Amino acid sequence: MSRRRLLATGIAGAIATAAGIGSTTVAASDGPAPRSKFANFVKTPWGAGEHLTDYGAITTYNNFYELGLGKEDPQRNAHLLKPRPWTLSVDGLCAKPARFDIDALIAAQPLQERIYRLRCVEAWSMVVPWIGFPLAALLDRVEPLGNAKFVAFQTLFDPKQLPGQRSPLLEWPYVEGLRLDEARHPLAILAVGLYGEVMPNQNGAPIRLIVPWKYGFKSIKSIVRLTLTETMPQTAWNRQAPREYGFYANVNPAVDHPRWSQKRERRIGEFFRRDTLPFNGYGEEVAGLYAGMDLTTWY
Amino acid sequence: MVLAEATVAEVPPRRAVRRRRFDIVGRVVKPALFTLCLLPLASLAWGWMHGSLGANPIEATTRTLGDWALQLLLLTLAVTPARQLTGWTGVMRLRRMLGLFAFSYAVLHVASYVILDQFFAWTAIWADVVKRRYITAGLAAFLLLLPLAVTSTSGWVKRLGAPVWRRLHRLVYPAAALAVLHHFWMVKADVQQPLVLAAALALLLGWRLIAALRRRGETQRMARATPSGKA
Repeated sequence: MSRRRLLATGIAGAIATAAGIGSTTVAASDGPAPRSKFANFVKTPWGAGEHLTDYGAITTYNNFYELGLGKEDPQRNAHLLKPRPWTLSVDGLCAKPARFDIDALIAAQPLQERIYRLRCVEAWSMVVPWIGFPLAALLDRVEPLGNAKFVAFQTLFDPKQLPGQRSPLLEWPYVEGLRLDEARHPLAILAVGLYGEVMPNQNGAPIRLIVPWKYGFKSIKSIVRLTLTETMPQTAWNRQAPREYGFYANVNPAVDHPRWSQKRERRIGEFFRRDTLPFNGYGEEVAGLYAGMDLTTWY
Repeated sequence: MVLAEATVAEVPPRRAVRRRRFDIVGRVVKPALFTLCLLPLASLAWGWMHGSLGANPIEATTRTLGDWALQLLLLTLAVTPARQLTGWTGVMRLRRMLGLFAFSYAVLHVASYVILDQFFAWTAIWADVVKRRYITAGLAAFLLLLPLAVTSTSGWVKRLGAPVWRRLHRLVYPAAALAVLHHFWMVKADVQQPLVLAAALALLLGWRLIAALRRRGETQRMARATPSGKA
C-alpha cells in the first residue's frame, strides 16, 4: 500500500520536474535507498495484456546470491551495493573497445519500457516492466569483428559490496554468455530500471541483462564487463553443475531440470500453476535462432 | 484454648504433608514443549493472515513445514543420548510427543505440497515421485514414519511386545537419513543448512553405534570372565 502511494508520489514528482534526460529523486520512507524515476522512456507493445507482478514482489523475491541466499536477503543487503559511479567496459573482438560511464551510457541510449515474462529455472515466474535498451545498440557502438561469435558478461567482483562473493558457492564473479546472434536479437536488452524507476540494487543495479526466452539465471546482474569472443564463454551455473544448467538455458517445458519438472510454473501472486511455454512464449520471435539444433542436447 | 486445639488438630504429621512429589515433567516441561512445538505452525498461520510470508507464500509454507518436520525428528533422536549423557530419565517422557509432532509437521508438509503447491495434479505428483530422487527420498521417509506414528500408543507397545516394538521403531533411523537426503538433494547450491543437519544426524547415529559396540564388548568380556565361559 505504502509502496503504491510512494510510486504515485514518484510519478507526480516526475511530471512536476519533467527534466529532459535524467531523473528525479523521491525519498523513500520505508527503505534506505532513494527511488528515482526515469523522466523519458517510450512504451513498447511487448507484454500487452499481461498482468504485471507487484513492485513489492519483484523487489523482495530475488535470486542474487552475491547479496544473500534467501529470496529476501538481496533486498535486505541491497544497501551494500554502490551502483554509482559505475563503469561498463566492452572489449575483446571489436573495432572500438570502450569504457562507458553508466550515466553517460544511459543518457546516450533512448530508453524503452519492455514488459517481459521472467521464467526462473526454479519453476516460478513474474511479469516485469523493465526499462532499458537493446543490447544490439551497445554492440553496434563497439563494432564487433567478423570473428566474434559470442559475448561474455561479467558481474562486479567486490566482496565488500557483494558479500556473498566471500562464500565459495559459485566461482566468482558470476559470468554469463550469449551467442552473438542471440545477443543481437531485438528481444535481448540491457535493463537499467523497472516500473519506470532506476533499477533497485537487489534486481541487479545499475545495469543487467534481460533475455526473456531463457531461464532467469542467464540474465546476469550488475554487469561491469562485456567481452566479444570467438569461443563459447564459460557461464557460472554451467561451471557449477553442467548437467543441470546448460549454456543455452532456453525455457523449455520438454526438457526437465534433472531434479524437478519444467512443465509448469507458478506465476508469483497466483495460486494455480500454469503451463510453461517453449522459449517462455517467445518462440515465434526466437525459435529460428536454434533451427536444426537438438534442444535436448543443447539445453 | 479452643483455638489452640483446633490449630493442633489441623496440623497433620509432617510426613503426610509431603504428598506425592511434584511431577515437573508432566506438569511443566511437557506442556511447555507442547506449546513450543505449536509455535512454528502458529507463526505460519499468522503469516497467511497478515500476508507476511513473502512473494511466494506457498513455497515458504512447504519449506517451513518440512524444516520443522526434519528438525523435530532429529530432536526426537536426541532424546536417548540426552538421557545417557545427563542421567535424567524424565526426558524419555518427551520422546513420543516430539516424534508425533515431527510426524504431524511431515503430514502438513506433504499436504502443503499436494494441495497448495500441486493442487492434486496427481500425474505431475507421480512423475515427481518417480523421476525426482529428492521427492522419492522424501516420500520414502514419510512412509517409514507412518507405521511408527500408528504404533506410538502404549496399547500398541503391549500388543506388539516391547522387543518387536523396539525393532519396528528402529525404522526411524532410515527415515531420518532419507529425510536429510531429501533436503540435501533439493537445494541448488546452498548446502550449508543440509550439511549442518546431516552432521547432526551423523552425530546422533554415531553415538548409538559407539554405544552398541561398547555394549557388545562388555558382554564378550563378561562371557570370558565367567567360569562358565571356560567350561
